[in-house]
Amino acid sequence: MSLIEAVLLTITTAATPLLLAAMGELVAERSGVLNLGVEGMIVMGAVVAFAIAQLSGNPYLGALCGAIAGCVFSLLFGLLTLTLVTNQVATGLALTILGLGLSGMIGESFVGEPGVQLEPIAIPLLDQLPLLGPLIFKQDAIFYLSILCVIGVSWFLFRTRLGLQLRAIGDSHGSAHALGISVIKTRYYAVMFGGACAGLAGAQLSLVYTPQWVENMSAGRGWIALALVVFASWRPLRVLAGAYLFGAVTIGQLHAQALGFGIPSQFLSALPYLATILVLVIISRNRRLTLMNTPASLGQSFVPDR
Amino acid sequence: MKKVLLALSAAAVISFAATAAQAATKICFLYVGSKTDGGWTQAHDIGREQLQNHFGDKIETPYLENVAEGPDAERAIERLARSGCELIFTTSFGFMEPTIDVAKKFPKVKFEHATGYKTADNVASYNSRFYQGRYIQGQIAGKLSKNGVAGYIASFPIPEVVQGINSFLLGAQSINPDFQIKVVWVNSWFDAGKEADAAKALIDQGVDILTQHTDSTAPMQVAADRGIKAFGQASDMIEAGPETQLTAIVDTWGAYYIKRTQALMDGTWETQSTWDGLIDGILTMAPYTNMPDDVKQLAMETEAKIAKGELHPFTGPVMKQDGSEWLKAGEKADDGTLLGMNFYVKGVDDKLPN
Repeated sequence: MSLIEAVLLTITTAATPLLLAAMGELVAERSGVLNLGVEGMIVMGAVVAFAIAQLSGNPYLGALCGAIAGCVFSLLFGLLTLTLVTNQVATGLALTILGLGLSGMIGESFVGEPGVQLEPIAIPLLDQLPLLGPLIFKQDAIFYLSILCVIGVSWFLFRTRLGLQLRAIGDSHGSAHALGISVIKTRYYAVMFGGACAGLAGAQLSLVYTPQWVENMSAGRGWIALALVVFASWRPLRVLAGAYLFGAVTIGQLHAQALGFGIPSQFLSALPYLATILVLVIISRNRRLTLMNTPASLGQSFVPDR
Repeated sequence: MKKVLLALSAAAVISFAATAAQAATKICFLYVGSKTDGGWTQAHDIGREQLQNHFGDKIETPYLENVAEGPDAERAIERLARSGCELIFTTSFGFMEPTIDVAKKFPKVKFEHATGYKTADNVASYNSRFYQGRYIQGQIAGKLSKNGVAGYIASFPIPEVVQGINSFLLGAQSINPDFQIKVVWVNSWFDAGKEADAAKALIDQGVDILTQHTDSTAPMQVAADRGIKAFGQASDMIEAGPETQLTAIVDTWGAYYIKRTQALMDGTWETQSTWDGLIDGILTMAPYTNMPDDVKQLAMETEAKIAKGELHPFTGPVMKQDGSEWLKAGEKADDGTLLGMNFYVKGVDDKLPN
């Protein structure tokens, strides 16, 4: 394996959880729900995925349960903000705090236990391609899912009637309601999708990235995913670009350090954030288009008229 | 509902231990990480458990874990002080300033801060000579590394970490004078993903031995995955790499915690600044594994020599990174210089962040 290949592989591993969590949040936000609980859902997904994989010996079952855990956890958020109409920002923050604490409690007996790794699946023939083969066609299942997720979400949001309805709800829930679209139901589905994606991102952390369970192992990735969605102005392909750029600069700066370029490491550590924000802001510099993509009712609670 | 939620989550995040008899003396602990991190904080928590077992019902040992360094720490320490703790151990370098600040407000409460350099009438500091263990690791690396390059995953550029890097390199150079190390700073004590990425980056660039000054077992796991050897940090990490770990610097704080608690109970507690090492048992080496017998022999001999005081890792001639002379032949570094160490010795392939 050449150095370039090794570096690129590390980048995909670093970018995948960000991409997945951000795609899920993108759909939720497109429907007008701001869920700041991404970090909590990721870490819940991570602990459940690890626990189930370890107990059953089957990492796929673990990953599935991780996604379900994220989904169930997001239902709690849905129940509070959609049905009981609580403030979305406060509830999201509470979800993160709860998730970090609860996962620590659930995972206490799993700390230091050997993990079960999700092994890469090679796609016949395609994995023989030079460079691209091992990079794209010899990866773990969650990586494939993350790419399918980008394609699926793009198609759903911009090519289907349901996607159009979802975006309409995010832009003006009042009008959508008047047209007879079920705002609350759609938002529930969007929030649950976001939860499942975040849970799967967590499963990637504890089954692929570092196959072990440690408390707080999400280490702020949920917040990065949230920021990616905003800076990518709610466009799936830009989220993809942002997540990979962030991953690339993160890994690149570690290599720059190891090569001993003599650039201050604090600056290098800040570089992924700076570079990603800069690039995404430049891509999104068209104000009119950005405004058009911003869900206008983002973060607002909806109470149907009686 | 939200209040209930918040209360629930607060209870989950801040887990207070034990609520034994009323007259018990409260000895409290503040942790930067989770007590099951497999590294730094776990070592402190094992010390706390030893303390609890030693005194039994006579004391209570509540702790706060996962407290971030910075403003949060000050609130957390103040909370412990208000809750009736008589002696508070704050167990991370970044807790130093908050500890000193809170100590001013609570002159009757005694504080002990780990690995710092500031003290006050009611604040003592305690530290361990981790660099002694690093020297032994360096010698092992010097013997075992085929490429003559080791990778070092570092947290923050504070003197304690710089000491470790230098000591490791001097140990390695005592075997192989051309030995080099590559340093990667992750600017975090605990981020499994980032530590793993750093480990991968270092291995991809050709290092064949890995050592870390961060707290998670992720680098050990990556080393195991890639089939190279590595050193554990703060706790014995053999479980994360049964075929990988050569040895680990194991922090054994229990005896110190017992001694200081006894002093508090006897009314003889005084502020002080201690810096113990291998000889005092505050620092031990995990079993030497996964290496040939002659290397093991050498490591054990070096350990004995350092413990007896026959060998000081920082003994001249030592050059600084820029080639200027630091220690003359036979000269030993004084503790003051070590505690404020802000320069590399020759052979480090990195520029020290300020």
